[in-house]
Amino acid sequence: MTDYDAIVVGAGHNGLICAAYLAKAQHKVLVVDGRSVPGGCASTREFADGFSVSDCAQWLSQLDRNVMSDLKLADMGLSLSDAKATISLQADADHLILADGTASGAGVDDEDLAAYRGFRHMMTRFANVLKTLYQGRPPKLVEKNWTDRLTLLKLGLGLKMLGKNHMQDLMRLALINIYDVMNEHFKHPALKSAIAMDAVTGTNMGPRSPNTVYSYLHRITGEHLSGTGTTQVMGGMGVLGDALAESAKAAGAEIKLGVAVKSIEKTGDKVSGVELEDGSHITSKIVISSADPTTTFKTLLGYHQMEAGMAKRAELYRNRSGTAKIHLALRALPSFTGLTTKQLSQRLIIVPPMDEMEKALNPIKYREISDRHLFDISVPTIEDSSLAPEGQHVLTALVHYVPFDPKEGWDEARGPLLERLIGELEVYAPGLSSLLIASELVTPSDFEHSHKVTGGNWHHGELSIDQALMMRPFPGSTQYATAVDGLFLCGAGAHPGGGLLGLPGRNAAREIIKRGALA
Amino acid sequence: MSTVSRDTMMLTTPFHSRVEAMCDLNDWGNWMGYTTPNAYFDVELEYFAVRSTTGVFDLSPMNKYRISGPDASRYMDRLVTRDVSKIGIDRVGYAIWCNDAGQVLDDGTIFRFAENEFRLCSYQRADDWLAWNTLGFDVSVENVSESIAALAVQGPTSCTILTLLGCENLNQLKPFGMAHYTFEGHPLMVSRTGFTGDLGYEVWVPPETAEALWDRLFELGHEYLIKPFGSHALELARIEAGFLQAHVDFLPAEDVVRVGRTRSPFELGLGWLVHFSKPLFNGRSALLKEQEQGSRYRFALLDVAGNKPAEHSFIMKDGKVVGTVTSAAWCPTAKSNLAYAQIEMPHGAVGDELVAEIYYQRELHWTQLYAPCKVIDGPIFQPARRRQTPAPPQ
Repeated sequence: MTDYDAIVVGAGHNGLICAAYLAKAQHKVLVVDGRSVPGGCASTREFADGFSVSDCAQWLSQLDRNVMSDLKLADMGLSLSDAKATISLQADADHLILADGTASGAGVDDEDLAAYRGFRHMMTRFANVLKTLYQGRPPKLVEKNWTDRLTLLKLGLGLKMLGKNHMQDLMRLALINIYDVMNEHFKHPALKSAIAMDAVTGTNMGPRSPNTVYSYLHRITGEHLSGTGTTQVMGGMGVLGDALAESAKAAGAEIKLGVAVKSIEKTGDKVSGVELEDGSHITSKIVISSADPTTTFKTLLGYHQMEAGMAKRAELYRNRSGTAKIHLALRALPSFTGLTTKQLSQRLIIVPPMDEMEKALNPIKYREISDRHLFDISVPTIEDSSLAPEGQHVLTALVHYVPFDPKEGWDEARGPLLERLIGELEVYAPGLSSLLIASELVTPSDFEHSHKVTGGNWHHGELSIDQALMMRPFPGSTQYATAVDGLFLCGAGAHPGGGLLGLPGRNAAREIIKRGALA
Repeated sequence: MSTVSRDTMMLTTPFHSRVEAMCDLNDWGNWMGYTTPNAYFDVELEYFAVRSTTGVFDLSPMNKYRISGPDASRYMDRLVTRDVSKIGIDRVGYAIWCNDAGQVLDDGTIFRFAENEFRLCSYQRADDWLAWNTLGFDVSVENVSESIAALAVQGPTSCTILTLLGCENLNQLKPFGMAHYTFEGHPLMVSRTGFTGDLGYEVWVPPETAEALWDRLFELGHEYLIKPFGSHALELARIEAGFLQAHVDFLPAEDVVRVGRTRSPFELGLGWLVHFSKPLFNGRSALLKEQEQGSRYRFALLDVAGNKPAEHSFIMKDGKVVGTVTSAAWCPTAKSNLAYAQIEMPHGAVGDELVAEIYYQRELHWTQLYAPCKVIDGPIFQPARRRQTPAPPQ
């Protein structure tokens, strides 16, 4: 007799979603997390006195609509802003605005507009093919299983329905890079780089890296599954974490916060429970990890507890990130040249032409600090005054590319880099530094430490074809089960992957129930 | 014709000067990059030295790894399919190791020197696989192939000759035991192991004493009719004894390109080396599944009628091909025509009567022969001296 049917390691969004679905199916579930708040990367933190920010993910654009409705997240307190436009800031203040499927400003002409619409149309069709795959377990290619065959049949049919030209395009594009695809479709440099930025966010890749088309499609597919557009969670991203936790609890799951899982334990040849940092042991029929694959297999289970081929695959799993964040506490609303206050509340990006993007990536390959950066900026306090004292504001920005471990070490590199980044922002927001009350730089290695994501990679592993679909996280441990009996995965390291999608959690729960793993 | 040039890229063993001097036929082969003799003077006479007196075989090219450190014992247990805890200190065990798919990567021997110190002898270079296996273990794996020279000293008079060399009480050493001596101030280890199925030993020394060891052995063994033997004679002896040879009777899984050409331990008749009582070893999950669902092939030892070796033969059952032969020989001492075959399940159980399709040539005239054969339980050649302790005096 075990203490629980299932223990979910990690109270990130996928862990909570998986637990909620299992609890709804009358299973006894415990979620354990070392952090004191639920939500994992969906979290809010007060980083300066009275100033709070979404301290990891800052936009919600991909959360699956079925998850939102099944778990009644609106009833649990989740409230979203209207969909945001993306505004790519230009040095001459004639900014490029992408909203409602159209592009304007920055000298965009009819030809650019036609190209943009055509490109979006094509991507939508591709995303529709991937949607089928994302909503269920990924099919294995060789085993004689009817569910998998049906999924493959649907995929094949989906590809066929694309028509010959689009099908050829998908096959071709999926393996090349976003740089070439942009040059193929567009002539407008700012339009190219604004789209290319979405292909590299949260990764360790530049626009010319292979797999960037796949990571772009991943993002677009998520947006189609969600349907909310790019939104801001009112009250900070932690509200999503809280809502998911409430929903899981309402379904009957227990959540234990503030004590981390120290190890996943095996009895004989089967996983039998976990040991917590406080030394206590909890038993269960299965353990489901929402931690990233490296944490799960290397740290919690240990390579000595699995067969060597699997240990090798886990060790070779790629999960570096080149994305950092800055958090600024401001005494007043900053002024960005050429932007109205309404526009300032939208998603602002600063991204140089694609060749410069690629050059910005190069130094981090050699653990050096780049001399120019890409920004994805949010000033959430315009729509949500709860995050800062009256009349004051916060600005958060995702920053690419920042090395995981610069040669000189973060103690030495941190201050100068933060200063440089604020300087780069100030080009577009004169006087920004005079408004500063507090500021912080969160590096990829800080993310690894604070949110326990190996490599600081919030996708729980590079989004590339060799680590996707039926190969995520790696062959032999797919379809949410692992090669270790009794150990399952439900995090972003499982299909369909990273971002605040919620599908790994939901798909895992459904697969675990279907397999009868809790019987 | 010699297959080796003098400015060759081939490696030579520490015994090479002596081997070369005795290699009357100048018939050389390539054993994993080393120049080694196929035959010294006459394959059959070399074989009969092993069976009647003593044969000496240079096995220095064998890959040897020193595995040590606090987790060495746990490391070995995860690596190989058998239970390593059952191999005592100063004991040797035959073992196979698999990949995660339960397919055999190689076979070899494990020498246990201490609780956490082993030597693994393998057919293949295994540096890469052994290194990946260290993930998660506090263990050191060192390739010591070139720092150990070794001779197989095999045959009825081998114990006597080695005792003369200074290996006291060697006749008390049990099969798969190890004993430690010194030879000219250097360590010399003797294990009662071999690949001939006869009474025999393997002698392990530092390379610098190799030539002196060879000279002394042949000097002391002269009266006991000691002879060197090459790989062709070894091949005959090992087939007669029922031993599998990697790359002949199975392909190491890492070398296989085509789907379905690898083999599991069960398919090689080595299920007795798979210990599911261990909670973890490489290939365990896949092998458990295979045990439940059944194997694709069965390893069969065939007693073939007549005296024509069934080399490369198809094996038939009721006119249908059900398998192929991997090794075959007319075995002089057992006086039987043996063949190893991989037979498709469910055929090939002990007692099953099959037919070997044999082609042979006499003076450019090819003859086709359908030879009846029967699956037997084990090798026919099982001399008592192979297992007797004390080793019988000769």
